[in-house]
Amino acid sequence: MPITLEIISPEKLLLSKPVDMVVIPGTEGDLGILPGHSKLITGLRGGLVDLYENGKITERFFVSGGFAEVTEEHCSILADTITRQSELDSGVAAETLAKAQADYDATDMMDSNAYREASDKLISAQAMVDSVSVKRADH
Amino acid sequence: MPSLKSLRIRINSVKSTQKITSAMKMVAAAKLRRSQSQAEAARPYAKRMGQMMSAIAAGAASNPNAPELLVGTGKDKVHLLVAVTADRGLAGAFNSNIGRAVRLKARELQAQGKMVKILAVGRKGHDYFRREMNDLIVGHKNFVGKKTIEFTDAEAIADNIVTMFREGQFDICTLVFNRFMSVMTQTVTESPLIPAATPTANDNAPAADYEVEPDDGTLLDRLLPRNLAVQIYSALLENSAGFYASQMTAMDNATRNAGEMIKKLSLNYNRARQANITSELIEIISGAEAV
Repeated sequence: MPITLEIISPEKLLLSKPVDMVVIPGTEGDLGILPGHSKLITGLRGGLVDLYENGKITERFFVSGGFAEVTEEHCSILADTITRQSELDSGVAAETLAKAQADYDATDMMDSNAYREASDKLISAQAMVDSVSVKRADH
Repeated sequence: MPSLKSLRIRINSVKSTQKITSAMKMVAAAKLRRSQSQAEAARPYAKRMGQMMSAIAAGAASNPNAPELLVGTGKDKVHLLVAVTADRGLAGAFNSNIGRAVRLKARELQAQGKMVKILAVGRKGHDYFRREMNDLIVGHKNFVGKKTIEFTDAEAIADNIVTMFREGQFDICTLVFNRFMSVMTQTVTESPLIPAATPTANDNAPAADYEVEPDDGTLLDRLLPRNLAVQIYSALLENSAGFYASQMTAMDNATRNAGEMIKKLSLNYNRARQANITSELIEIISGAEAV
């Protein structure tokens, strides 16, 4: 029995289809979501969302952060921004990382909210750079 | 009695006005369709976000350490009104409705001894408030020259609001915008942004059985600013759909009025022409009889 995956960006519903398993980058570590998963709400860090069908990764998306809601039958990913891994551009990624690093360096470490935002952005940008070189999904 | 020539000029000028208004109506109709589908596409995210918010917020609201974005500062001394209007006019009472609603609310709050600040989103609103109550404006933003509204635009406004809130510049924040009900009606709507609408205990029974990672507090800290941006984004989309609908209706009326005007003027023109001919005929006939 497959699980229904929904990937939603603020602008639109990007994808909604049944998959065998989906791996999402939770704030506390990667999570493999199989059908019948217990109800869960989690934050997402920057990283790759992998869709598994028939034991193979069929699609890979990069999310810059967001939230996911999991129930027994479905998994909704609310992404801040989302890109297909194959459409990631190493130049853009490097630029994002440089900017995030600069912002991070300029942040006041005593301001916990600002610090959290800046470090989230930095982690997400680093993940974007790393994701460019990861193996592409098999089709 | 105006001369034939001046009537002819008048008719032509009304005709060209009619051409302009009917073209504007077409353009507004096309843009309306686009912004309506944009608003439609953004709905799933807002819906899920709302569900998630209420699932977590129900438990957190009673917590004494709940984030201030959720429960407020506990005071209601300073109010921030975020007024969303369009950047362009020629849309009937669309923008002035918002202006009037904000002005009334501001006066009412001031009468209660509260302080009011205004954040004007959209050029027309800013122009209006600059005339009416310049001293209350704390910021403004417009999208002149932008084709479509993107989520990052809403995010920038939300960031701005959150920063102001953390600096303690206001206690309560309300969003005022035109909700798109149908092509014919747009209703001025006020919706509370800070404190976030607190769900009551009984409308969220199934919320408790979610596991939350990393934990309620941390997740809420991330979710609340995001939720703010989502609400502003959907208000911006409603505003833009409502604006085009309102412009379309206004231009449709203008086209129809121009048509009536042309009819009336042509009637006058033909009457005057007929009168001229009749009087010329009488002259000729009486001239012939005299011979």
